[in-house]
Amino acid sequence: MMLDQLKETIKTALPELDFVMGWTTGYDPLHATPLYMYEPDDVDQLIWGPLNVHNLAVHLPALRHKKVGIVVKGCDSRSVVELLQENLIDRENVVIFGAPCNGVVDMTKIRKAVPDAHFARSVETADNSLTITTDKDTHTLSLAEVMADKCTRCRFPNAVEADHFVGEKRIPAVETDPYADLESFESQGFAERRDFWMAEMDRCIRCYACRNACPLCVCRDHCVAQSREPHWVSQRDGVRDKFMFQVIHAIHMAGRCTECGECERACPMDIPVLLLKRKLGNVIHDLFDYDAGLDAEARPPLLAFKLEEDSIKEKDW
Amino acid sequence: MAKYLKNDDLGQWLAELGTEYKIHAPVQEGRSIAFRPLTQDKILRIDRHATIGPKEILFPACEELMHFSYEKDTDNPGREKIRVQPADNAVPTLIFGSRPCDARGFDVFDGAFTQCAVKDNYYAARREQAVVVSIACTRTENTCFCNWVGGSPDGTNGSDVLLTPIQDGFVVQPVTEKGETLLQKGSLLTGAAPDQVREAEQLRAAACASLPEAPDFKCMPEQLYNLFDNMDFWEKQSAKCISCGACTYLCPTCHCFNITDERNGNEGERLRSWDNCMSRQFTQEASGHNPRPEKAYRLKNRVGHKFCYFPDLHEGHIACVGCGRCIKSCPVSLDIRQVVTSAKECHLPAEETDNE
Repeated sequence: MMLDQLKETIKTALPELDFVMGWTTGYDPLHATPLYMYEPDDVDQLIWGPLNVHNLAVHLPALRHKKVGIVVKGCDSRSVVELLQENLIDRENVVIFGAPCNGVVDMTKIRKAVPDAHFARSVETADNSLTITTDKDTHTLSLAEVMADKCTRCRFPNAVEADHFVGEKRIPAVETDPYADLESFESQGFAERRDFWMAEMDRCIRCYACRNACPLCVCRDHCVAQSREPHWVSQRDGVRDKFMFQVIHAIHMAGRCTECGECERACPMDIPVLLLKRKLGNVIHDLFDYDAGLDAEARPPLLAFKLEEDSIKEKDW
Repeated sequence: MAKYLKNDDLGQWLAELGTEYKIHAPVQEGRSIAFRPLTQDKILRIDRHATIGPKEILFPACEELMHFSYEKDTDNPGREKIRVQPADNAVPTLIFGSRPCDARGFDVFDGAFTQCAVKDNYYAARREQAVVVSIACTRTENTCFCNWVGGSPDGTNGSDVLLTPIQDGFVVQPVTEKGETLLQKGSLLTGAAPDQVREAEQLRAAACASLPEAPDFKCMPEQLYNLFDNMDFWEKQSAKCISCGACTYLCPTCHCFNITDERNGNEGERLRSWDNCMSRQFTQEASGHNPRPEKAYRLKNRVGHKFCYFPDLHEGHIACVGCGRCIKSCPVSLDIRQVVTSAKECHLPAEETDNE
């Protein structure tokens, strides 16, 4: 079985490493949580499946002084690649364990389908479904119904970079990113779009979970949002200031964001902030024909300077 | 004496109270539930725990403490005069639909803001004018642990009135004098029948019984002081933490704040906004030194404050109400119950005794 193989591979590599990061069952059967495997016994707690929502690459830059292993889904591996590209981690200090991913769940969709999800007593996962038993009843959901949107358009279910790949590689269901969600949002008028963002951002509590969950938000401790000198963003809690931060965040991610969706998943107030990054990802794709996090040797377009970009004909203006 | 309110009359009851109080209640907002001023267009959601509790009503995420302006001193052109206008925003407020854990959070705020050597006038003024109407929990979530920290699904600390949802309505019980006064208002409350009171009691008892057994945390202050320098313990506990502030901002008891002057030209406001111990700036000193340089130190501070330093200062009261939001909304599902339990069970090397 693939999970057993993965466990064996990790156990074999563990003596050379400080620890390996993976996932285990969290505070209830519906929630996985990151697992740090220091000893072979810890590896037995490892789980693999649709509940492993977290992108563990977020921890790598702070662990640069250690030699660590990381278990990745395809999307997580793109964050690792992006970190390598930006020289924020060292390839020789990271051992990447990959396995084929069938997609992960979106807890917001689960809560919508099963409002009683916070009373889950047991969860069984099969290839294409999820059965949640609460204190009152049992619900079987198809995985397609509750899968994170990023998984429905996933082009890289297998790690794009791995030292150890366990299991049979999956064939991606789509070849190019379908930006239908973005098109549908943008078909609305300006006022509607503005009202949407004002209403959504209004409940932001400025906790910065979106920022801290982002594997590529690496200024973290010296963030523009909290810096006093210079004082770029005010501490007022009006929707304008909250939105201002999201825009700064999104622009800093342009051409670097792999759309892993951790910003949106981490938001305790369920604000759909990934949409902003999708927009910029789409612009970068159109302008530079570039997708982030696929090639460790490539340079993100906004981190490079070319006198004239192939698709931006300044001299023709 | 217990009263009864029909489900169908709830809206009307709140509308009547709304003539006297500004009512804040949990409403659906996008994909979350938050406490907002209750208006006709809002959908009241009291069937489950709100995503964020009512703490910001009495302790706003950001509030203006004063407005200031500079102007030239005409008698002495080399100097500027500063005019300061303190803010006073307290109005009669009714907090409707908090849970017993949420309301108990106000008890912790009272300890910190009104019962210490320095009284916080801004908080005190709002607290004075607030009436808290809570709803007892008849079903407990996986993240609920109010009974571990001295509360219960039908606890009344911090509330003025307690509602218990029964078939077709609520049993309404006053807790404080403020609550008694509130229940004399409005025309829709009737006396509760004995079988309605009994039904409410049974539902509350069942909710209390459904919670897992509570560990004894009396030893926690001592145990946490013993663990203070054990950074190996704190590094392992905090390994998966991403050092965001979601847990602190959603916490009904976290009350640390920051003060910033926001000035535009000659005018500005002094703001107080929520701070959080997960943030690097929390204890960053002007010298550049930071006594809590990494997330392990920060998590130690958060757990220490709730289960050690605060109880030490406030007669053993734990500064956690067990609402579970820090667990439920944590991006990595870090479970404070597990951290505290691990701290409790952590066997420290026995101190060497000098037998000579």
